[in-house]
Amino acid sequence: MIISVASGKGGTGKTTVSANLARVWPSPVQLLDCDVEEPNCHLFIKGGLKSQDVVSMRVPQVDAALCNGCGACSALCEFNAIASLKDEALVFEELCHGCGGCTLVCPTRAITEKDRRIGEIEVMEAGHISLVQGRIDVGVAMAPPVIRAVKDRIDPGKTAILDAPPGTSCPVIATVKDTDLVILVTEPTPFGLHDLRLACDMVRELGLPFGVVINRVGAGDERVHVFCRDEGVPILLEIPDDRRIAEAYSRGELMVDALGEYRGLFEGLMHTVQGLRTRTRREDHADL
Amino acid sequence: MKIAFTTSGESLDASLDTRFGRAPRILVYDLDAGSFEVVDNTQNLNAPQGAGIQAAQNVARTGAMHLVTGHCGPKAFKVLTAAGIAVYTTDAATVSEALERFRSGGLTRAQSADVEGHWV
Repeated sequence: MIISVASGKGGTGKTTVSANLARVWPSPVQLLDCDVEEPNCHLFIKGGLKSQDVVSMRVPQVDAALCNGCGACSALCEFNAIASLKDEALVFEELCHGCGGCTLVCPTRAITEKDRRIGEIEVMEAGHISLVQGRIDVGVAMAPPVIRAVKDRIDPGKTAILDAPPGTSCPVIATVKDTDLVILVTEPTPFGLHDLRLACDMVRELGLPFGVVINRVGAGDERVHVFCRDEGVPILLEIPDDRRIAEAYSRGELMVDALGEYRGLFEGLMHTVQGLRTRTRREDHADL
Repeated sequence: MKIAFTTSGESLDASLDTRFGRAPRILVYDLDAGSFEVVDNTQNLNAPQGAGIQAAQNVARTGAMHLVTGHCGPKAFKVLTAAGIAVYTTDAATVSEALERFRSGGLTRAQSADVEGHWV
């Protein structure tokens, strides 16, 4: 089972939900930090480093001696990552999406591909949790290839929990795509509701089953609850607005460890999530 | 000798577009013939990225060896330099005013981009 935790608005508690859910999961679980621009699960899941690998993408390189300046490469490239002049072609690696199209259309075979380093993946082991963390290199603008590399580490034999970046754009889509359930974490504020609407639109567009976790309940108003009720969106968990939770967080401690009374909340979330999965599967079969 | 100008219009009286990559048109003036042609650059108006790179290729295709525009970013500057095109930036309001400044030697060749590049 692959669960993704996303939010729309940043700072609502994606990492809190992902990491605490992983902690109470009763069997070996993978926690994959897909927020590759600022991975932070490692602050809460402290484990020994097991492996560290470079993530690369394929980008073109041009042999000037073979280039005849025909322009087929630059005409093909949607991203203007290659410029064709009289007798040479200039590559802008930072704009390249790595499709390889230019190498295919080059009539003189002047274009080959080489690896461009864009980030790294670290795997850490902490008890029953295997933390896989992607980290994009400074100066690299495209996160999805690093996120896909993190997701390539998913072990089908284990439950995987994916901590998504905030927002509703490409890096989030790359994370939640092909997952079995999306947990949207929000807060009961106007900003939380505004971005929750966007996030709901996104997962509906993708056709993914989803539910909502409302964090810091009591800090704002009722509008998020009303929205969920009116839209028929299940509320999977409500976390109260408790200063001690923030204090534990700031010390790098998991809520379920520091504040035992909240352990039950996350065990409840785990059972709810497992139940939703079973129900979704049954509905899949009903459709057939 | 041909000089390229970025413009939103079709004539010498038209305004000089201060943007390089996303200027709708490029006016190419032939100093020897005293005539000009206008080249379309609108494919770049909605380009998600790399508009300057495309525009630089468009200028190179016209055969112009000089470009007068408002601002030029690093990627466009790199392509223009590779194509051997001299870049001049100016605050002239119209193409004719920019042309006059070029003729009278009032423009200095840029040694580098004068604005920052855009992230993807």
